[in-house]
Amino acid sequence: MDDLIAARSQMALSLGFHIVFACIGMVMPFFMALSHYRWLRTGNLVYKNLTKAWSKGVAIFFATGAVSGTVLSFELGLLWPRFMEHAGPIFGMPFSLEGTAFFIEAIALGFFLYGWDRLNRWFHWFTGVVVGLSGLASGILVVAANAWMNSPAGFDYIPPAAPGEDGQYLNIDPIAAMFNDAWFSQALHMTLAAFVATGFAVAGVHALMILKKRNVEFHTRAFRIAAVFGAVAAILQPISGDISAKDVARRQPAKFAAMEAHFETSRSAPLVIGGLPDEERKELKYAIELPGMLSWLAHGDSEAEVTGLDRIPDDEEPPVLITHLAFQVMVGLGVLLMLTGLLYLIAAWRKREWLNKRWLLKLFVISIPMGFIAIEAGWTVTEVGRQPWIIYEIMRTADALTPMPGIAYSFYIFTAVYISLSIVVVFLLYRQIKMVPEIYDKP
Amino acid sequence: MLYVVITFLALSIILYFLLGGADFGAGIIELFTSQKNRGRTRKALYRAIGPVWEANHMWLIIAIVILFVGFPVMYTTMSVYLHIPLLIMLLGIIARGTAFVFRHYDAVKDEMQWLYNRIFVYSSFITPLFLGVLAGSLISGRINPDADSFAGAYIAGWLHPFSFAVGFFTVALCGFLAAIYLIGEANNAEDRRRFIIKARHMLIAAWLLGGLVFLTARLEAIPLQEWVFGNVPGLTAVILASLSLILLWYLLLRGKTQVLRVLAGFQVCMILFAVSYAHFPDFIIMQGGLTLSLFEHYSAPAIRGLGWALLLGSVLILPFLFYLFYSFQKKEE
Ligand code: HDD
Ligand code: HEM
Ligand code: HEM
Repeated sequence: MDDLIAARSQMALSLGFHIVFACIGMVMPFFMALSHYRWLRTGNLVYKNLTKAWSKGVAIFFATGAVSGTVLSFELGLLWPRFMEHAGPIFGMPFSLEGTAFFIEAIALGFFLYGWDRLNRWFHWFTGVVVGLSGLASGILVVAANAWMNSPAGFDYIPPAAPGEDGQYLNIDPIAAMFNDAWFSQALHMTLAAFVATGFAVAGVHALMILKKRNVEFHTRAFRIAAVFGAVAAILQPISGDISAKDVARRQPAKFAAMEAHFETSRSAPLVIGGLPDEERKELKYAIELPGMLSWLAHGDSEAEVTGLDRIPDDEEPPVLITHLAFQVMVGLGVLLMLTGLLYLIAAWRKREWLNKRWLLKLFVISIPMGFIAIEAGWTVTEVGRQPWIIYEIMRTADALTPMPGIAYSFYIFTAVYISLSIVVVFLLYRQIKMVPEIYDKP
Repeated sequence: MLYVVITFLALSIILYFLLGGADFGAGIIELFTSQKNRGRTRKALYRAIGPVWEANHMWLIIAIVILFVGFPVMYTTMSVYLHIPLLIMLLGIIARGTAFVFRHYDAVKDEMQWLYNRIFVYSSFITPLFLGVLAGSLISGRINPDADSFAGAYIAGWLHPFSFAVGFFTVALCGFLAAIYLIGEANNAEDRRRFIIKARHMLIAAWLLGGLVFLTARLEAIPLQEWVFGNVPGLTAVILASLSLILLWYLLLRGKTQVLRVLAGFQVCMILFAVSYAHFPDFIIMQGGLTLSLFEHYSAPAIRGLGWALLLGSVLILPFLFYLFYSFQKKEE
């Protein structure tokens, strides 16, 4: 395996691992806070038990998210030192603020986990809300850093005099870098995605327990809290996705063309659904075409011209196959989740009798992994679609790589570690859920 | 602002050493505790570090963020030439953090506990060992950016007696900090006595290993002796550390635990101060006298933003952090 591929795979693996835990760590506190609130209001012990059961799960995820995040902050330098040397000072602002947010989160979590029956009840509840808010803030801040890589801002770039040398980064303005063009659309979309994925996964697990007739009361309350969050976010998600798509079309036409496998620049471009791009022949096979729709989606006008890959120099073309397929997966799952979410909301407001129907619960069980698959696919679109650039149109990924050879070995080690950790986490959660009757059923 | 940022960097390193060190040390103590007492040690340990371990960990992240935002050249030099020890330390951090939580939150207590415990104690040893190795390598003058072989560039910089001596010294200090800390957490005379003995052992180990650090420095022609003893502030720090050591030894049996903790913390601070004072502001010393200085190799525009972010952050954070420590202190009494 060559060093560049190994380093990219290792980065993708670590980020792909971290994001799962980060999303859960970001969203679960809100579920807990709602359940906690209901307990304080109604005095129904089920809600107290639910809050506690969830908080144990969250502790596992929080720790795994924290260590994998710590690893990431070193990994950026271990794998991409040339990138960090120049980018660090520019996109450091969100990272510095993120440090504050993480810190508040960690402190609030300390209060929350160990504060049962020790702190004032509402202050205790409030610490739980703070955990959620600061987690959300840190998520948004890191995404702003990633958005800067897609849409560099806040500095003037002087290209190198000779190839192989470094360019110069002058007049650095960290604030402008943080509020780059892409930060809003990405942060909005990512935040919603975290709610979608976590909401559906948690609701699905509890739905499964209801189907198995275990502790129906407990799991029903859990299911409803998670499902509402997931459903609302899933309905907003395509809207925010549309904002993102318009943004990408304007900012990064190469990525947009790769997402859509749009090989030739054209007016009234069709929107394609599915299909298998052939990168050699530069054509898309087996796709369904909706005439004019792509132009409309990208630029709000069905006649508008959409830049195709033919306008992009060959050595600046992102991998089309992966980007296109990942995009199709994300959008496909997004539509499915949106429909499930709609059904749930209709049930909750108009057709209460549906809520106990097995088909609805089964639908949620099937959705358990879908949100997370969509998240991984979405990041694949964003990151692979940015290639060959690590900083869009400024620095190439290959130029950022560490000079140390043998990265493949570190990739193998990380793969082994992350696979074992995933297995252990799943195993622990399984046990946690299995023990619910024994721990929480006793009055 | 540069001074603000450097102060925060120093502060986060010291706090990581003190709090994180005690945290690692708890695992080290568990490693050196006989099988039959381990369960009890573990309980005291969880009571002691459970509420705060997550916050302790943050100091490392703060330090690393300060480095890569404000002093990117140092961050990248370290990442490139000390890639391998950094990697090992990271694996240690992953293993330790996850094992600690897993063993506490596993809903079923069975043979898996044995595995978590194993992983926890060994990684508690490896991680500070390699933190020490990293610190040692940074000032050892052995990193060679011009080397043209793999071994020369990526191994010789850290695989030498001095850096490992520093590593083992760090481990002993962590164990010492933890033992002193745990004395206050013990809730019966028997445990208390055990931790006092542990503290003594760790202290003796630290002295011996400290001697080894000087010896290896000598062998490798690192002017450590001159750095520590060759200037008034360094010398004062050493004298203060020694005096506080005598006091500590005396108080071990009768003193109040708070006094012991302060003395132990003070001692470690003095050691850190003595070692870093002489070569400050040089942060990395490489082969051929090449040095990276905090006063020269920084990014001016980033430092400004970073300084404000840190000041703002500490205004928000510190009161809560104190309150967290305070709340859990209070409930003990
Ligand atoms: C639950 C997850 C999820 C779902 C259902 C969707 N997305 Fe998404 N998408 C993400 C999760 C995600 C993500 C993982 O969060 C990404 C990666 C980077 C980012 O900012 O968000 C993303 C990126 C992303 C991008 C690239 C943004 C960029 O590179 O700046 C576009 C154009 C879309 N999405 C569009 C959509 C559309 C039209 C959807 C219609 C249903 C959709 N997404 C559903
Ligand atoms: C889109 C991407 C990311 C999101 C949404 C995100 C979000 C989060 C969240 C919410 C946490 C808190 C852990 C928890 O609650 O479970 C976390 C932890 C962490 N993340 Fe990320 N993260 C992302 C990518 C990154 C990257 C690229 C880095 C490093 C450069 C990073 C560094 C960290 C660190 C150091 C922690 C540990 C902090 C702690 O101790 O709590 N994250 N992340
Ligand atoms: C957590 C969500 C994220 C996921 C799942 C993700 C995924 C990926 C993937 C798949 C790659 C490999 C691209 C390729 O090899 O073609 C990659 C590369 C990279 N990502 Fe991300 N990314 C995430 C967020 C971030 C953030 C927040 C940052 C930085 C602030 C970041 C920085 C990088 C860097 C430096 C690379 C390596 C260079 C490159 O291949 O472009 N990523 N990421």
